[in-house]
Amino acid sequence: MAIEATGITKHFGDFKALDDVAVHVPDGSLTALLGPSGSGKSTLLRVIAGLEEPDAGHVRFGDRDVTSVSAQDRGVGFVFQHYAAFKHMTVRDNVAFGLKIRKQPKDKIKARVEELLKLVHLTGWADRYPAQLSGGQRQRMALARALAVEPQVLLLDEPFGALDTRVREELRDWLRRLHDEVHVTTIFVTHDQQEAMEVAEQIVVVNEGRIEQAGAPAEVYEKPATPFVMEFVGPVTKLGERTVRPHDLQIVQEAQPGALEAMVERVVHLGFEVRAELLPTDGPALSVQLTRAEAEQLELREGEVVWVRAAYGPWAPEFRSSTKVA
Amino acid sequence: MRALRLTALLYLGALLVAPVGLIFYRTFERGVGAAWHSVTTPEAQHAFWLTLVLVVIAVPLNTVFGVATALLLERREFRGKSLLNSVIDLPFAISPVVVGLALILVYGRTGWFGDWFAEHGIRIIFSAPGMALATIFVCLPFVVREVQPVLREVGTEQEEAARTLGASPAQTFWRITLPAIRWGVGYGVVLSTARALGEFGAVAVVSGRISGVTETATLRVQERFEAFDPVGAYSASVVLALMGVAVLLFMNLLERRRKRPRAQTTTEGLA
Repeated sequence: MAIEATGITKHFGDFKALDDVAVHVPDGSLTALLGPSGSGKSTLLRVIAGLEEPDAGHVRFGDRDVTSVSAQDRGVGFVFQHYAAFKHMTVRDNVAFGLKIRKQPKDKIKARVEELLKLVHLTGWADRYPAQLSGGQRQRMALARALAVEPQVLLLDEPFGALDTRVREELRDWLRRLHDEVHVTTIFVTHDQQEAMEVAEQIVVVNEGRIEQAGAPAEVYEKPATPFVMEFVGPVTKLGERTVRPHDLQIVQEAQPGALEAMVERVVHLGFEVRAELLPTDGPALSVQLTRAEAEQLELREGEVVWVRAAYGPWAPEFRSSTKVA
Repeated sequence: MRALRLTALLYLGALLVAPVGLIFYRTFERGVGAAWHSVTTPEAQHAFWLTLVLVVIAVPLNTVFGVATALLLERREFRGKSLLNSVIDLPFAISPVVVGLALILVYGRTGWFGDWFAEHGIRIIFSAPGMALATIFVCLPFVVREVQPVLREVGTEQEEAARTLGASPAQTFWRITLPAIRWGVGYGVVLSTARALGEFGAVAVVSGRISGVTETATLRVQERFEAFDPVGAYSASVVLALMGVAVLLFMNLLERRRKRPRAQTTTEGLA
C-alpha cells in the first residue's frame, strides 16, 4: 500500500511543526524520515498514523483518502520509541490485543500469536510481563503486537532510540531482514543518519517542518539538494567558500589552477583512513580524508606546504534552487 | 536518629494513641454489655445504617466523577481548564460548616430551588438527600487528585497504541486506561470512604439532627455526649473508629498487592 501525504500543515499553538509537507512512500518500501530533533519528522509520522490531525492536507493509503479516518480504523501498525507496552498484560496478551479487539476466534488468535512470537524470537517469554523483559525484547514484542493485525502500513517512531548501541545494531539488521520477509510498507523515524543509510531504501530528510530532500541513500549522500542535507547526512569541510565532503578532496604537491595553497597542520591516523588537517594561506581550516596508501605516497609532514583541490567534477554539488521535493 | 524516633513516637503517642486508647478504655470501663446495649438501640443502629448509606451513595458517584474529571484535566485541552482544576480543591479549602450553610441557601425552603422542590414534594434539606449532597461535596477531590498524577505518569502512549490496534475509545478506557490507574482509583476510594464516614460539620448543618431519622454515626456521638451519656458517645466512637480501621486495613492490603512483583506469579516453567 503506497502512502501519499500532500500539503500537510500542523501547528502546536504558535509553533509550526509541519509546513506544507508532501511525501510519497512507494508500496512495499522501507523509508526513513530523517531529521534533527524538533524537525517535525515524528509529527509527520503521527499524522500518517492518524494520531495527530493535520490543520491542512491529505493522507492517502493507495487510492483511499484516510485523512478523516480515525487511528482506530486506519489499519496501521505503530511502534513507539518507549515501547508503549501494556504493562498489566503478559507478552502473549500484548501481542493478542488487536486480534481480541477484532473478535477473532480463540484458536486462531493462539496460532497467530505463537507464529508472531516465533518471528520476534520471544517464544519462551509468552507468559512474562513487560517489566521482566529487556528493552530490546520489549521493542520486539511491540513489533509483534503491531504486526499481529496485519497492518497495511508499519510506522515506527525512533524505534531503536532508547536502546544501547549493540542492541540497536542488532535490531536494525533484524528490521531490515523482517521487511524482506513481510514486505509491508514501512516508515521509520530516526535522527541517526547512519541508521537511515543502513536500513532504508528511501530517505526523506526533514528539517524545520519541511522536506529537504527525498531519495535513495546514495542519492541523498552524493547529490544533496540543499546545504542542510549536505551537512546532515555526512561529514563536511570547507574548501574556501564551498562545502565539500572531506573524502572528495585531493592533496597535490605542486601548484595547480583551482587548487588552494595550505599548510599541513596535523596528520591523524585512523586505521584504514588518514585525516589531514590543513590550514590554507587564505580561508578557513579544512580537513581531508585519505586512504592510508594515498597518505603514504604523499609522505605528508606536519608544517609542509601542499595544494588541495576537489577530487572530481565541480568543487561542490550545485544545490537545486527549490527545497521542496515531491 | 534515636532521639528522632523517640520524638516521633511521643508525638504520635500523645496525639493519637492516648486519646483513641482512652476512648476504648472508657467504652468498656463498665463492661462490654453496656457498650453493646448502647450501640444496638434502634436509634444507634439507624445512625450507623445512615452513615453507610451515605458512603454507598457518595463514594461511587465521586469515583465515577473523579475518574472522568481527572481524564478531562489530563487528556483534554479546553477553555476554563485551569479554573476547573482549582475549583476541584474548594471542598478542601472551605470549612464543612460553610458547605452546609451554602447547601441550605441553594436547596433550603427559602433557597433558589427550594420552591420547585417543595412543589414536587421533594425534601432536600433536613433529610437524607441533603446529607448525601453534603457528603459528596466534602469528599469530591480525593479520587480526582489521586488519579491525576497516575494518569500523567502513565502517559498517553499505551492508549495511542491501543487506538492504532483498533480499540474504540471505550475499549481503550476499560482495557488500557483503567487497569493502568487502578491503584490511584483504589486510594481515592479508600480516602473518600474514610472522609465520608467521619464527616460531621456539613452533614450536621443540613441534617436537622433528628435522632433515628437524620442522625449519622458522628452526629450520634455528639448527641449522646450532650445528653450526658458518655458510654453511648464512646461506644459509638469505637464503632466509627473500627470502620475507619477496616478501611485503612483494606488500603494496606491494596498496597501489598501492588508491591508484589509480577514475577512471583508468572515465572513457573520458564527458563
